[in-house]
Amino acid sequence: MASSPEKGIGKIIFSSSLGTLIEWYDFYIFGMLAKTISVQFFPEGNSTAALLSTLAIFAAGFLVRPFGALVFGRLGDLVGRKYTFLLTLVLMGGSTFLIGLVPGYKTIGIAAPLLVLLLRLIQGLALGGEYGGAATYVAEHAPANRRGYFTAWIQTTATLGLFVALGIILLIKTNMSDVAFTAEWGGWRYPFWISILLVGVSIYIRLKMSESPLYAALKKEGTTSVNPIKESFGHRVNFKMVLLALFGAVMGQGVIWYTGQFYAQSFLENAVKIEFMQNREILLWAIGLATPFFLFFGWLSDKVGRKWIMLTGMLLGVIFYRPIFGTLLKDANAKEWVAEHDKKSEMSLIKSTAKGDTAFNVKTGLLIINNVDEQWEFEGNKFIEKRRDTLIPAEGVIASASTSSVGNSTDFFLQVIPDTKPSYSNIELNNTLKWKFIFLVWVMIIFVTMAYGPIAAFLVELFPTKIRYTSMSLPYHIGNGVFGGLVPFIATLLATTFTTDPLVGLWYPIGVAALCFIIGALYLNNKIDKDVND
Amino acid sequence: MGLIWMLLAPVIIFYLVKSAVHNIGSGGTKDINQPVPWIIIITIFTPIAIGLMIFGYYALKGEYDHLPESSEEI
Repeated sequence: MASSPEKGIGKIIFSSSLGTLIEWYDFYIFGMLAKTISVQFFPEGNSTAALLSTLAIFAAGFLVRPFGALVFGRLGDLVGRKYTFLLTLVLMGGSTFLIGLVPGYKTIGIAAPLLVLLLRLIQGLALGGEYGGAATYVAEHAPANRRGYFTAWIQTTATLGLFVALGIILLIKTNMSDVAFTAEWGGWRYPFWISILLVGVSIYIRLKMSESPLYAALKKEGTTSVNPIKESFGHRVNFKMVLLALFGAVMGQGVIWYTGQFYAQSFLENAVKIEFMQNREILLWAIGLATPFFLFFGWLSDKVGRKWIMLTGMLLGVIFYRPIFGTLLKDANAKEWVAEHDKKSEMSLIKSTAKGDTAFNVKTGLLIINNVDEQWEFEGNKFIEKRRDTLIPAEGVIASASTSSVGNSTDFFLQVIPDTKPSYSNIELNNTLKWKFIFLVWVMIIFVTMAYGPIAAFLVELFPTKIRYTSMSLPYHIGNGVFGGLVPFIATLLATTFTTDPLVGLWYPIGVAALCFIIGALYLNNKIDKDVND
Repeated sequence: MGLIWMLLAPVIIFYLVKSAVHNIGSGGTKDINQPVPWIIIITIFTPIAIGLMIFGYYALKGEYDHLPESSEEI
């Protein structure tokens, strides 16, 4: 809308973005607190609860999000953008708050996981309807020459939602003990309760907004769509564009987005074994420093077109994911530190604890096991070595470099056979390495900003006003929810099938991004659509 | 290239079904060893794969050689 005054756009962006940010926050906290939620609502050993837990994880992201895109997309094209994304906000905020109020499994039994599953599905449904509305709303207010920049504010919300969720959880966690945090009515519920305040403010702001001018004009003329789903997916020419949006842009963007922001975090935690708090700190810095680039690439897309910025982000992911993840794995390899350096002269033992245990071996019978946890420091890096040393009866006093003896000298001696395959965890990097890791994660989030920053403007320009909400919401949520959301599942699948390569899981995002890059390069148009009034 | 996209779709579904059969009930405790995620994933991926086939068909027919420039063409 070229004639729209730019001075009111700030308010429009703020009110739209705030609500979308809160919806992302609501959606993320469930995932981030999954471990605690699982203990409270889905206890181990109960097969029904386990089934409900799996449904909560997979159905909410894969099935319900695209379904929500259809339901609310249709509604947005039928009754208007304003009331639809107001409704998604109420549903999301309400269900998030209620999750925080559901008593645990210990108190109300199977009703607890059932209620949580239901509320999680409502969250997925609401999320499916939110983004398309916010992006469309801002784009339909924005002047043609700045559409990429203004819609890029909406693009920051998914990342900022993650930032806020991480920050609030860390803040609560650092101010109470683990026991207080994980108790049935403990601190883990606070982020859910906080949501109602955020949503309340956002609803108040959104209520004051007026309908999108383009949609209002269609409504006035009586030319809105009577069946947006049929027109979006039943009409060959529009359906053709939906498919192009999915396979030529959003599919690749989805895996780049997920790999940079979520897979990187879980890789650092589970494969590299970085200590919990430091891992979050790395991500927070990387996200904080990369977020302005959403705006930069949105702005740049107004100058040079959307296509090549998005595709370059994908291509960079394809080229650099394996080297980057390989470096993360290599640089924080405590096993290598121990193998290549002398523990006694080059490392210092900070703390050591040992706990006796027994185990049964078919050949040797009952064994006494000593579970040893030792915290070491090496060049400013800290790590924990966990060993299961075996204690066997020995004759006389034995003392050598590799063995030692314990016990009462008058009774018997136990020779310590050190564990040959100790495990290493809780790695705390020194400052130099920490900033190197922040830089590497930041680089991956820069790829995200390239692929994701201009995509709202790109999608808006691909579809006509009367079916825009429906047409852009579905490919967006399939690309992000399904293709992106599948990254950890397929990564596990690949890692289980091909066990020798620790980076094998990356072939899924690399493959999808490469495919999307080829399709996009071949078929997408780099032209900026100046007129979205049609 | 359209033919490649069309052929890719059944390959993806075949790989998913094969992986599901291989991993379900193999004794593991991960998500890939449970039937529910596979049912959900194959259910959602089947229409996506069909969409990829249709996309390939359109590409083969040259329908993406000229993209619509206004809603008049849609």
